[in-house]
Amino acid sequence: MPVDTGYAGRVYPPNAVYEVGREHLRSFAAAVGAQHPAHTDVEAARALGHPDVIAPPTFAVVVAQRAEAQLFEDPAAGIDFSRVVHADERFTHHRPVHAGDRLVTVLHVDSIVERAGLAMITTRAEIAAEDGEPVATVVSTLAVRPEES
Amino acid sequence: MAPRLEDLAVGQEVARAEVVVDRARLVRYAAASGDFNPIHWNERVALSVGLPGVIAHGMWTMGAAVGPVVDWVGDPGRVVDYQVRFTRPVPVPDPGEATVEVVAAVGALDAEAGTARVDLTVTVEGQRVLGKAQAVVRLS
Repeated sequence: MPVDTGYAGRVYPPNAVYEVGREHLRSFAAAVGAQHPAHTDVEAARALGHPDVIAPPTFAVVVAQRAEAQLFEDPAAGIDFSRVVHADERFTHHRPVHAGDRLVTVLHVDSIVERAGLAMITTRAEIAAEDGEPVATVVSTLAVRPEES
Repeated sequence: MAPRLEDLAVGQEVARAEVVVDRARLVRYAAASGDFNPIHWNERVALSVGLPGVIAHGMWTMGAAVGPVVDWVGDPGRVVDYQVRFTRPVPVPDPGEATVEVVAAVGALDAEAGTARVDLTVTVEGQRVLGKAQAVVRLS
């Protein structure tokens, strides 16, 4: 089944609150080799003016992917994940993510374009605190390869 | 202390590092990120979809590549924008490891905004694996 280009322009309702935990940030930092103490040491983070340990720059992908699942796990959208290749990714941080954050994400399907047999799907996750304060914008483009003919 | 904008020049190299990745690290990243796509840990599945073998998560490479910039700028919270294109997969052998080389240089300066754009050259065995890898850091 081809990708349904009619999903372009869709905006999903805010998804469930994502709670950011200290230990999760420490695990993520260790996995990407992020050695700055502000990711792991509360006092080091506070010395830089942050309320708690803060996330590495790409951590917001974890939050964004929860929201993106609304599109990718929808069978009617026709996206076969075994044929998906990540094309590009961009994070814009309105402020750092920190432990204790309770984040709500609104997923936008910015475009679905077919090009040379590939379906290019661009999503935008607008991540905010529960009170509406903008935290991060995550724009991701995936390429879906055509089925083998 | 953060580097000062007025001390920087376009083209200036600000950081350089090598980051090593093996299969154990990919499993660790899978757990920390929640991305359990088997092409990042299962050779059989990776080969069956036409890959040369298990490859690193693109998001692992992106996350690892910005580390030297964070260390240079002195506060992860100063990275206000970061983007990449994934241009080439990073195969991770077993046994063994892959070495990702990162060179960060000033791409542009914006005195009004108080920011610098840092351009990353990210290679494995001399071949670029990320394109248009740019981090914008706030310096004031």
